[in-house]
Amino acid sequence: MNTRNTKVMNRFDVTSRLIGKLKHEEAVIGGIGNTNFDLWAAGHRPQNFYMLGSMGLAFPIALGVALAQPDRRVFALEGDGSLLMQLGALSTIAALKPKNLIMVVMDNGIYQITGAQPTPAASVADIVAIAIGSGLASSAWAADEEDFERLVEDAMSAAEPSLIAVRIDDKPGVGTTRRDPVQIRERFMHGLGVREPL
Amino acid sequence: MAIAEQQTSPQATPGSGDRSWHGIVLQTLKRNEISLVPYVPDRVLTPLIKNLHADPFFTTFATAREEEAVGIVAGAWMGGRRGAVLMQTSGFATLANVLASLAVPYQIPLIMFVSERGTLGEFNYGQSLVCRTMRPVLDSLALEHHTITRLDELEFIADRSIKQAVTTQAPVALILNPLLTGGKTFDK
Repeated sequence: MNTRNTKVMNRFDVTSRLIGKLKHEEAVIGGIGNTNFDLWAAGHRPQNFYMLGSMGLAFPIALGVALAQPDRRVFALEGDGSLLMQLGALSTIAALKPKNLIMVVMDNGIYQITGAQPTPAASVADIVAIAIGSGLASSAWAADEEDFERLVEDAMSAAEPSLIAVRIDDKPGVGTTRRDPVQIRERFMHGLGVREPL
Repeated sequence: MAIAEQQTSPQATPGSGDRSWHGIVLQTLKRNEISLVPYVPDRVLTPLIKNLHADPFFTTFATAREEEAVGIVAGAWMGGRRGAVLMQTSGFATLANVLASLAVPYQIPLIMFVSERGTLGEFNYGQSLVCRTMRPVLDSLALEHHTITRLDELEFIADRSIKQAVTTQAPVALILNPLLTGGKTFDK
């Protein structure tokens, strides 16, 4: 990881920059733990979905949303440890080629929320190389914050699924997601126009 | 295909008005507007999977792991599209975490078709053991489940179970017993 020519960024800052780019009620799926804490802290939107478990399923859930609503761009935020738990999902997504799906991997090389144990991404595994090897040709490390914003803009008009990997520091998430799963799902479905509020 | 049907579904009569078990499942899915069907392959499910692929109504594809398929149909439900997951018994055994942390607490009508291995002539000790974990897991989560053994009951059970899952926003497992499907043969 130290050999990569990429700046170490901050998850909350990067997440806030991503949210700032959204203009068309894009869906955003937050993975478990700090990824969705920072999504929440960046400002709740009805199009945000917050996971409370099911480690590794942010990309599959986002794929389902993307298949259900092909005209809406769908982002998913995942940690390196979570992604390593469910690498097969990358091949599934590569095979289906949903052009409206954008995957963001927050890679700090640690299982941060469980005590900062190192993941293989800290030393040997390269998330972008794995993604490309899984068939996701449009995968790249963000060199710095400006490069991240440029990659997000490119992905929003891309004709194939995109994966953006970001090296981040070990700062904890800024907020704490409210942990009411039914409320989270209902508000998300309202945000996607599937449900009307009572 | 012909061989698979011969092995797994003695009642199969291909074509329109197909009253084979897999024809009934396909028509029941369609009637309930379930168009997204990710699966992890299974020998007994082969004719159903093949016919789903052949029907443009369905978006059907293999996933690397069953929990991935559950995540996909959960996301699709929230986006307004109905799905169902196909798997075999050993695949169900990998799902306890995603059922308890996604489908149940978020109240998502996850529809699962499980091809039952490990019973009625099973030859693989591992399959017979893993089969015994399935119903205790379903019961411990208070999940609706039905074991379908008869062709004449299949449509009623599948159709009503899907409608109940959707209207009560709760997962359901439909277990396809070898008495219905013919099961897997010993010589493989």
